[in-house]
Amino acid sequence: MAQALLGLNVGVFYAMLSLGLAVIFGLLNIINFAHGAMYMLGAFIALIGYSLLEQWFGISLQIGFWASLLVAPLIVGILGVLIERLFLKRLYDLDHIYGLLLTFGITLILQGLFANYFNVSGTPYPGQPESLSGVVNLGFMYFPTYRLFAIVFSLVVCFATWWVIEHTKLGSRLRAGVENPDLTQAFGLNVPRMVTLTFAFGAGLAGLAGVLAAPIYSVSPLMGADLIIVVFAVVVIGGMGSIMGAILSGLALGLVEGLTKVFYPPAASTVIFFLMVLVLLFRPAGLFGKEK
Amino acid sequence: MTNRILFIIMMVAGLTAPLYAYPVFVMDLLCFALFACAFNLLLGYAGLLSFGHAAFFGGAAYITGYVTKEWGFGPLLGILAGAAFAMVIGTIFGFLAIRRQGIYFAMVTLALAQIIYFLALQMPFTGGENGLQGIPRGQLFGFIDLNNSLSMYYFVFAIFLIGFGIIYRTINSPFGEVLQAIRENESRALSLGYDVDHFKLLAFVISATLAGLAGATKAIIFQFAALTSAHWQTSGEVILMTLVGGLGTIFGPVLGAITVGALSHELSAFGSWVQVILGTIFVVCVMVFRRGIIGEIQRLASRKQG
Repeated sequence: MAQALLGLNVGVFYAMLSLGLAVIFGLLNIINFAHGAMYMLGAFIALIGYSLLEQWFGISLQIGFWASLLVAPLIVGILGVLIERLFLKRLYDLDHIYGLLLTFGITLILQGLFANYFNVSGTPYPGQPESLSGVVNLGFMYFPTYRLFAIVFSLVVCFATWWVIEHTKLGSRLRAGVENPDLTQAFGLNVPRMVTLTFAFGAGLAGLAGVLAAPIYSVSPLMGADLIIVVFAVVVIGGMGSIMGAILSGLALGLVEGLTKVFYPPAASTVIFFLMVLVLLFRPAGLFGKEK
Repeated sequence: MTNRILFIIMMVAGLTAPLYAYPVFVMDLLCFALFACAFNLLLGYAGLLSFGHAAFFGGAAYITGYVTKEWGFGPLLGILAGAAFAMVIGTIFGFLAIRRQGIYFAMVTLALAQIIYFLALQMPFTGGENGLQGIPRGQLFGFIDLNNSLSMYYFVFAIFLIGFGIIYRTINSPFGEVLQAIRENESRALSLGYDVDHFKLLAFVISATLAGLAGATKAIIFQFAALTSAHWQTSGEVILMTLVGGLGTIFGPVLGAITVGALSHELSAFGSWVQVILGTIFVVCVMVFRRGIIGEIQRLASRKQG
């Protein structure tokens, strides 16, 4: 049970990241390879904002954890806007692999930049708020308060996103833009702007996940590098068809990984990939995907 | 015409390289060149973006290292064993990956390759993070001592030429024509009665085997199978090489591998800045330079003629 909760803890990060990917993929048809780097960026913004602003720029403003939850997604989102406006916009008419390759290049740049200034082995994030330290008694076990907070917070964000996309006017416009951009545009909706904002939102989700992860895992330039590939596998398993698919498969696979860690530790880092193989064999479109 | 000139340049440069360049460095470039050519066969001619080619490159290196070190295989047999291993996992990966298309295909190959990476990290014989060390170069055919760097060089150059020849023959065969037809319009190729999946799988296996050949050779050269060669960033680097040189051209990947390889070598003193620079090249290539070096040359040449 304890392991299941810890697994769920990993799962919410998978869910948030694959949700961001799914949102971007849905509207832009681009796999954002830089998603892992944006997650890393979110964590670094929290770290820099908390402890390095003064040292670097002489600004005596300390951005605490709560503020980071707002500031980091915002900054990463703005970066997303820039990337979409400057680069991706020009690639839509080409084969989709160019979008993947472009974002891969951006990943290398971001990783390299941070690896220059920070140790690859990682820096602990010192800004975890007092109110979230300690443990909670869940009846059957004691669980770190912060981790419980991360789980609940991420779940709320994920389901709110799902609700907005599936049940609001804004969401229905987005989905219309995906289905038929020309027609949607003819109805007077600004599709290019929707696309930009969606990319920014997806990127912001990655940044938010980064801030949440910072106090649990230490902050390092490569923290997103291997995670993103696991998230890709999650995406293949879930199938890109639905937002809910991304959330549920993310959570489920986090659980599976957590439980594997208990029963057969050496397989923990590969179990998701093996599951992906199984899914590909029996349901190539993914568990929640629609056959084309 | 351009190809013939380029072939002569390549032969002359390849044969004389040890006279003016450090042989081990050139051998390294040759391995990457073969690796990039193998990758290009898949992306440039069949339109399949594999993001997991490091699995074949790195996996073969480990197998070659193991059989030569522990089982006493000679260098040639060891390299063949590595390539055969790449062929086997290439068949499995290809079978699974061609079930999905486009970006999904890339993600699936990437995820599958990650299994090999973790195996290389965790298996008892691989040396974990340190890699598999102390691989003997041995004697070719029992009497040519490969510890001599010149004989090693020409051995590697021969392997490169064989691999390059196989790719050249594959592209310029009816099989290669069908691959390009699939790249251009998959559903039309299907409606013409071609078993598209079968062709894709074959291309994947050939590409994987040759990528393995390159990795296996590299293990013998450096007497070392490194974990980094199985990491996904190596898969990315080979894409970059192909893109810089020219996607879907025969000599592009060779030139791209030399360019990127030489660049990383020159810049290695700058630490992580190399990554930043490679990333920037990536972005520039994708944005404004999609034809690559050879592609641009060909375009200029054809414009002059036309």
